Amino acid sequence: MADEKGDRKPGLATLAEELQKKAKAEIEGLKQPEKTQIFKAIFRVKHDDSDRSRALGILNSLFLHLHPSKVNRDAVKYSFTWGMGGITLYLFIVLTFTGALLMFYYQPIPVQAYRDVAYLSSSVPFGQLLRNMHRWAAHLMVIAVWLHMVRVFLTGSYKKPREFNWCVGVLLLVFTMLLSFTGYLLPDDQLGFWAVTVGTNIARATPLLGHVGPFGPQLGLTRYNDVRFALLGGSIIGANALVRAYIWHCIAIPIIVAILMGVHFWRIRKDGGISGPAPMTLESEVLPEEERAPEEVVASIRGPGR
Amino acid sequence: MSWWQVWQIVSTPDNTPVVALLFLMPFFVWLGLRQARANDRLIGQLEADPEMRRTHHRKTQPLEPGWAKEVHVWPFLLRMEFLAAIIVTIILMVWALSLNAPLEALANPHVTPNPEKAPWYFMALQEMLYYFDPWFAGVVVPTLIIIGLMAIPFIDTNPLGRGYYTWKQRKFAISAFLFGLFLWMLLMCFGVFIRGPGYMWFWPGQFWDPARVVFTVNRNLPDLFHITSAWGKGIFGAAVLGIYYAVVGYGFFRLMTWNEFNRKIFRRMSLLQIFVMDFLLTTMMLVPVKVIIMHAFRIKYIWMTPWFNI
Repeated sequence: MADEKGDRKPGLATLAEELQKKAKAEIEGLKQPEKTQIFKAIFRVKHDDSDRSRALGILNSLFLHLHPSKVNRDAVKYSFTWGMGGITLYLFIVLTFTGALLMFYYQPIPVQAYRDVAYLSSSVPFGQLLRNMHRWAAHLMVIAVWLHMVRVFLTGSYKKPREFNWCVGVLLLVFTMLLSFTGYLLPDDQLGFWAVTVGTNIARATPLLGHVGPFGPQLGLTRYNDVRFALLGGSIIGANALVRAYIWHCIAIPIIVAILMGVHFWRIRKDGGISGPAPMTLESEVLPEEERAPEEVVASIRGPGR
Repeated sequence: MSWWQVWQIVSTPDNTPVVALLFLMPFFVWLGLRQARANDRLIGQLEADPEMRRTHHRKTQPLEPGWAKEVHVWPFLLRMEFLAAIIVTIILMVWALSLNAPLEALANPHVTPNPEKAPWYFMALQEMLYYFDPWFAGVVVPTLIIIGLMAIPFIDTNPLGRGYYTWKQRKFAISAFLFGLFLWMLLMCFGVFIRGPGYMWFWPGQFWDPARVVFTVNRNLPDLFHITSAWGKGIFGAAVLGIYYAVVGYGFFRLMTWNEFNRKIFRRMSLLQIFVMDFLLTTMMLVPVKVIIMHAFRIKYIWMTPWFNI
């Protein structure tokens, strides 16, 4: 038998008092959501400004872990990077999002495609805004990519050990412009039709691959089997061309770009993070070539020994 | 001077990015070169002062004793990224609310718009179509641009200027790159702002008259020398182009070995690197040369063969 007090059932009044106390404590606790079990379950890391928590906050997040946990203190200054690489990625995300929404309203069939775009502008809530966002984000992305390349060049960031990543960047530049270009045909209006006409007429002049290009006819190419035919799925811009542009624009090139972006970001980390601002080297500190051993010179051309 | 015509071109929705780029590109190049100048000043001081060379942290950005050389990504970088995302979103929103994406009439193969232009980021290539045949302007040139850009890290043997802005230590590389960029932007501007109906040349403000007729006589270089046989034209053109590559290639060779600094870098280059750099630069110069002889002397082809013309 336990003592009398512990065995006695609490009265209604005490219970209410207890609940009141709990409620007060819980409301007080809500002021610090980072202490809740739900927050901890999602983020796993304590939210405070200790070095450990700040580092783990980056490392433990799928979306943030492309970053290192620490960066060069001067690299966060806007004037060095111009932020153009990051802005390009952000615009790619915006374009994927708005693009997916546009796909709900679009069928890649001649005339119907044009109607879909026209209806999108007039009858779909925020349809015009959606299309505008997609269009201008695409143009802005081309600008951001160009500026990113200029920055990387001017800071000499393509130099050892980042040569390969520069090449991946050049491919991304080309694919960005191709993404924009393939999207041009999709509204099936005069603007896109004739821009693509100009573009694909160039393709038929490809040396060895086009039927009016140098050595094309000699290799037996006609308008029905050359590279332009492959691009358009026919000898004219018609239904097949629209479907091809659609698939390239919405599936094939985005996948290629996503893979190349993965490699690009991965290599930034593997090549030692952001290139600078690095401490400057002086001319007098570089060994002239004759003072280097021949095998060292050969190695520097081949490029290992980093 | 017709301001109406200028406004027509500038206010075309798809041309707004070019107009923006006309300000953005010079601004950012200036921003980079301004930092290069500050860095160069410090490089000069470091070179003059051996004591400073040993103790200085070698950046123009301040570094006080006790400051960490690295900062946490969270919050110092992430807040910048979030801020950039917000600003870009606002810019996009304002742009998308104020300017509608163009939707012209339904595609019609029987009605050709005049002028017929590619989007602005390909206008440099379309403008090149005016000076070269499609296989060269549309296929060979872009391929060479892509290959040339990718070759840059492998032919630039200058070990200086890695990861910081500098002009003094990379005069040759930066001039060559900025010249190429300028050429690309210039051709793009010709295409977007200058070319009117019939892809004819209209000065800024000149009314784009669709009925305008310009009487131009294009001549080919072999014709000027009264060479008529196919064999003669082929051999003559090849010789002229060969001489061009020899002379301009030699010119670039002289530039690569211009001063002691350039010679130092040159000594680090392999024969293949020298050859590739020289070839790419000489080929790049073919574009402005052709633009000039086409406009000044109305010469269309230099080298004529039964299979292709340049």
